[in-house]
Amino acid sequence: MSDERHLVVDRIKCDGRGLCAEILPELIRLDDWGYPILKPGPIPEHLRPLAERAIDDCPVLAIAMRRAEKRS
Amino acid sequence: MRLLDGRDLLAPLPTVGRRFIDDLERSGLAGRGGASFPTATKWRAVAERSRGDAVILVNGAEGEPHSKKDRTLMIARPHLVLDGAFIAARVLRARRIVLYIGERHAAARDSMLGALAHRSEPERGIVSLAAAPPRYVAGAETAAVHFVDEGLATPTTTPPYPFQRAILVQNVETLAHVAALARSGEAPDSVLLTMAGGVTRPGVIEVELGTTVGEAMARGGGPVEAPRAVLVGGYFGRWMQADEAWRLPLTREAGIGCGVMGVLPASRCPVCEVAAIMRYLAAESSAQCGPCFFGLRALAEACAKPAELGRLKRWAAEVRGRGACKHPDGAAIFLSSAIEVFAREFEHHDAIHQVRRVA
Ligand SMILES: Cc1cc2nc3c(=O)[nH]c(=O)nc-3n(C[C@H](O)[C@H](O)[C@H](O)COP(=O)(O)O)c2cc1C
Ligand code: SF4
Ligand code: SF4
Repeated sequence: MSDERHLVVDRIKCDGRGLCAEILPELIRLDDWGYPILKPGPIPEHLRPLAERAIDDCPVLAIAMRRAEKRS
Repeated sequence: MRLLDGRDLLAPLPTVGRRFIDDLERSGLAGRGGASFPTATKWRAVAERSRGDAVILVNGAEGEPHSKKDRTLMIARPHLVLDGAFIAARVLRARRIVLYIGERHAAARDSMLGALAHRSEPERGIVSLAAAPPRYVAGAETAAVHFVDEGLATPTTTPPYPFQRAILVQNVETLAHVAALARSGEAPDSVLLTMAGGVTRPGVIEVELGTTVGEAMARGGGPVEAPRAVLVGGYFGRWMQADEAWRLPLTREAGIGCGVMGVLPASRCPVCEVAAIMRYLAAESSAQCGPCFFGLRALAEACAKPAELGRLKRWAAEVRGRGACKHPDGAAIFLSSAIEVFAREFEHHDAIHQVRRVA
């Protein structure tokens, strides 16, 4: 298996201040209420460092990176 | 094997083991709580994680406003539902069964407790009761688990999914089919429906899989007046033109959802109807996730304003998959199908009402 990762947002934690979209506009845009909409698909290699920054800088730690999710 | 018209007998449970999951898989049984998830898949996932400590959460919350089938089943066949729960407990090696029944569904609760009182001491010993609050989202599986854990019937973030904690959340009708399968060996071939809206005899019926919506309607005495459309599967279901719906066979793939078939008479304004349901769904958001709380509210408001049709479509697409639970997804599917089926009425809503006022 490859090391593909996706961004995930904990929708309950996220309070929609939109810092993540400022840091990583390539993958995150905001809806009309300021909550993040993620671009589907894996994080391209060259955006990894910015993704990590978005994760670290989220004031409520609502955003994370995950391996493609499997159910059961 | 039929659920509603069978006699609700107390008989020794059939011997079942892990292999019963194969029978379940062959039967093709899918959940009847709304999501139609394959039952065997869920059982396997829980069985893998159970160390003799699984929990069976019997979902009888029935928060869907027009649905009555779970209540009716618990009143008519409490032993059958309990059998399903005890079979699940044996196969999945559970130490605990929780009956999660709508707080306001007293007759269903009393029926289940009455039946429970006749079961053996060891069976009774592992069962407890939880009263589901009368809110739409209280029946969502993580909300049910949250309520049992902490007394709060609000959904929680996944993962962890309940199955990852060896908790099986299963609808009462699904469990009744499980029991029927274990007893007879025959694959469950029926489904419970609640006929609602403009139908002559609203209420619960049981039909064979493959029955068309039209045939089911006939058993409810037919529509009270010319039907405009049918909402197949309740508030998380989808709208269909009446003639198209009439021909729809209710198979596992048909999107039966929670089994509510709502008939909209031609004399009612579909846009006003849809807007009212959207307002309800918005108010029932647990207000934990921004896209659901703000999004559904905005959608409900924009619904009745044709000028906002473009935004309506965009928002409906955007809220999907952006809540901790599937509440926004259900509302978005409902609304998107409405915009398609009632395209003309959405387009000309103001004009339609002006004409009506003048006429
Ligand atoms: C907002 C929401 C409300 C729900 N309400 C109910 C309910 O009242 N009863 C129910 O059985 N399932 C309900 N469900 C579905 C459950 O999450 C779950 O899928 C179901 O109980 C699993 O049982 P099943 O596989 O036997 O259908 C709801 C889901 C959502 C997202
Ligand atoms: S930075 Fe964090 S809290 Fe702010 S919008 Fe992004 S995920 Fe949500
Ligand atoms: S998606 Fe809506 S209903 Fe579900 S947990 Fe979030 S706010 Fe509550």
